[in-house]
Amino acid sequence: MASNVPKKYEKLIVNGKRLDGRKLDELRPTKIEVGIIPSADGSAYVEVGKTKVMAAVHGPKEMFPRHMMNEDRAVLNVRYAMLPFSTSDRIRPGPSRRSNEISKVARHALESVIFLEEYPTMGIDLTLDVIQADAGTRATAITAGAVALAHAGIPMKGLVAATAMGKIDGKLAVDLNGPEDNFGDTDMPFAMVSTNKDITLLQMDGDFTPDEFKKALSMAKKAIEPIFEEQRKALLRYHE
Amino acid sequence: MTSVKIISKDSKDKIKTEEKVVTAKVEVKKDETNNKIVLPGDVLVESIDFLAGYGTYREGKKIYSKVLGILRKQEHAISVIPFSGLYMPKAGDFIIGEVVYIGYSNWKVDFGCPYDATLPMSGIPEFIENGADLTRYYKRGDLIFALVDSATKGMIIQLSLKDRRTRKLFGGKVIKVPSQKVPRIIGKSGTMISQIKDKTGCIINVGQNGWIWIKGDNEALATEAIQMINKMSHKSGLTDTIAKFLNKGAGKNIAEDKKNE
Amino acid sequence: MSMLKQNRQYLREKIISSREDGRSHTEYRPITIKTGVLDKAEGSARVTIGKSDVLVGVKMDIGTPFPDSPKEGILMVNSEFSAIASPDFENGPPREDSIELSRVIDRGIRESHTIDVGKLCIEEGEKVWMVFADINILNYDGNLIDAAGIATIAALMTANIPKIEKDGTINRDDESKSALPVTEIPVPVSAGLINGIIVVDMTKNEEKCADAVMTITTKKDGNFCAMQKAGPSALSEEQILNIAELSQKESKKIRSMIEKAVKANKN
Repeated sequence: MASNVPKKYEKLIVNGKRLDGRKLDELRPTKIEVGIIPSADGSAYVEVGKTKVMAAVHGPKEMFPRHMMNEDRAVLNVRYAMLPFSTSDRIRPGPSRRSNEISKVARHALESVIFLEEYPTMGIDLTLDVIQADAGTRATAITAGAVALAHAGIPMKGLVAATAMGKIDGKLAVDLNGPEDNFGDTDMPFAMVSTNKDITLLQMDGDFTPDEFKKALSMAKKAIEPIFEEQRKALLRYHE
Repeated sequence: MTSVKIISKDSKDKIKTEEKVVTAKVEVKKDETNNKIVLPGDVLVESIDFLAGYGTYREGKKIYSKVLGILRKQEHAISVIPFSGLYMPKAGDFIIGEVVYIGYSNWKVDFGCPYDATLPMSGIPEFIENGADLTRYYKRGDLIFALVDSATKGMIIQLSLKDRRTRKLFGGKVIKVPSQKVPRIIGKSGTMISQIKDKTGCIINVGQNGWIWIKGDNEALATEAIQMINKMSHKSGLTDTIAKFLNKGAGKNIAEDKKNE
Repeated sequence: MSMLKQNRQYLREKIISSREDGRSHTEYRPITIKTGVLDKAEGSARVTIGKSDVLVGVKMDIGTPFPDSPKEGILMVNSEFSAIASPDFENGPPREDSIELSRVIDRGIRESHTIDVGKLCIEEGEKVWMVFADINILNYDGNLIDAAGIATIAALMTANIPKIEKDGTINRDDESKSALPVTEIPVPVSAGLINGIIVVDMTKNEEKCADAVMTITTKKDGNFCAMQKAGPSALSEEQILNIAELSQKESKKIRSMIEKAVKANKN
């Protein structure tokens, strides 16, 4: 098993640049494709660096299980999963405590922008499958989920994009990659609505002074804009 | 002549607000604002003079799109026709559906919505005695062109076949398109669908739910034309494109017919 | 049991001026912390916030370390929403809410390096102490995260490492046990957003009306070590910064209560 222990890096920032050559406020290369799963009502594939996620929407459809039905609005069911081959150690299939929690926060990150009241009694299923993981999987999944929902024609207030802020070698940095996530000090997944810039996902672990936290928030807000642009381009490209 | 306001915030401690009035000659083509593809959250207009129509929502002065679709800007109303999405039945809609279940006093009808509609015994023109065998009227698998009599928020949908435009559909076939494309398929005051009917000689019934029933010898050509509209619904000059296509197609068919003779 | 829709509407409108129990928007209910409440556990604490009642027991066992940290002990936080605590809870596998609760508390403790896991190594790569903190909800009347977070840290602070006999067996009764190395006191403070108002320490009814909940865990030095936003609604940057400030203030008060309760146990 020793071979699977990640290499420890002495420093994550060298000469002002990160190990993969990025600046502190730079996202990893982001690629978005729409409509990759034809049998779904909406679908998207998002690649952020080496992290790859597929999202599919089925519905609005009959709500199942029935006791979860809401007479006034649709229910958004989000299922986030890391596929068994997505990391170097195989992941046991099926829900885990981690995936359960992420499914929940991803649902909360997305449902506030959906006009759920337009589909009373129905269910909207959103599947988020991580096919390759290199940090930021929940953020990438939320970015993909929003595109898939828009593609499915679900009415929304705006798009939602997500990334992870972090602190590496004591400095704030955007969109941590695998090694940075493993050996960095702090990780803060963050999602925002395109229109009013409200925050729909915010988790944090590690260490932030109140001042750093304030800076991290405003840095994340700025850094996320290019993701909205990629989402837009991908959706327009699909329909042109 | 338009005036553009540029507000730039360059530094945090010293927020400078600069107002520049730039005048430029902008030729506003009708098609630039109309027929544009918009995304959820796109600001469509910032004015209280417009009515936020279908596929849009208002927050303060701004009207936003809430779906991915095509912008439709009229004089005082703005709406977005989505590319896809679920059909939600409204009372007064005509839909096409399939009888999927026969109960004691009603039929259940699938019309592509998550919940089946109900056609009650009282919803058909014929008088039926209590306890009669309902399959004598409509069997499982029968297609109907029906009127949505009522549709509640809780998805309880009642159909009626009492309107003279409704009927049972014998033979033919059904193609399914997103319900949002139906207005394009029908066209302005029915021009689009009329020309397809005329050129192909088919009988066509369009349900608001996006189910389209076609019957006739030239059914394949009609299907192709409808699928073309489905795919190109946001392009302008569609009526002409389809007319050309139908003329060519109709010509080809006639030529083939002659050859066969 | 679900709240009547009419009552929910009423509470949401009323919250602008007053809360159902008369507290101010930023006021906690009375908090009680009792440590050393269980005999068989290595450490324990029972915490009540208003009518919410949480019991945490810490158990320790010998286990194998994770391959990427062969010299470190292991902390596991688990929670059980027993059907005893509320008709809302069902028996069976842990549901989303209970998983989220234990993971938020786990992160607060782990990320603040509260337990010096390096001191829990028995034999490198082979044997380390595993620390299990099991959270049991005895009564649910809202704000379980704060109650469980306080109880967990209090239970850990009063926990003792059992003695290992020469033959490798664990002797839990020996008097010469040593204290679990706890160096930090992370305190979670949760605040909700109801109809635009930020409210700390929500009751069960308030939680059912809340649009969003934000938990921020703060350390002794005032830095943050864990955060979690839950609930369907978004929060603005300003609201989040308000909650962060509130959390810093409240966590200080709660931390001194925990220290007092732990001291009382040791005397």
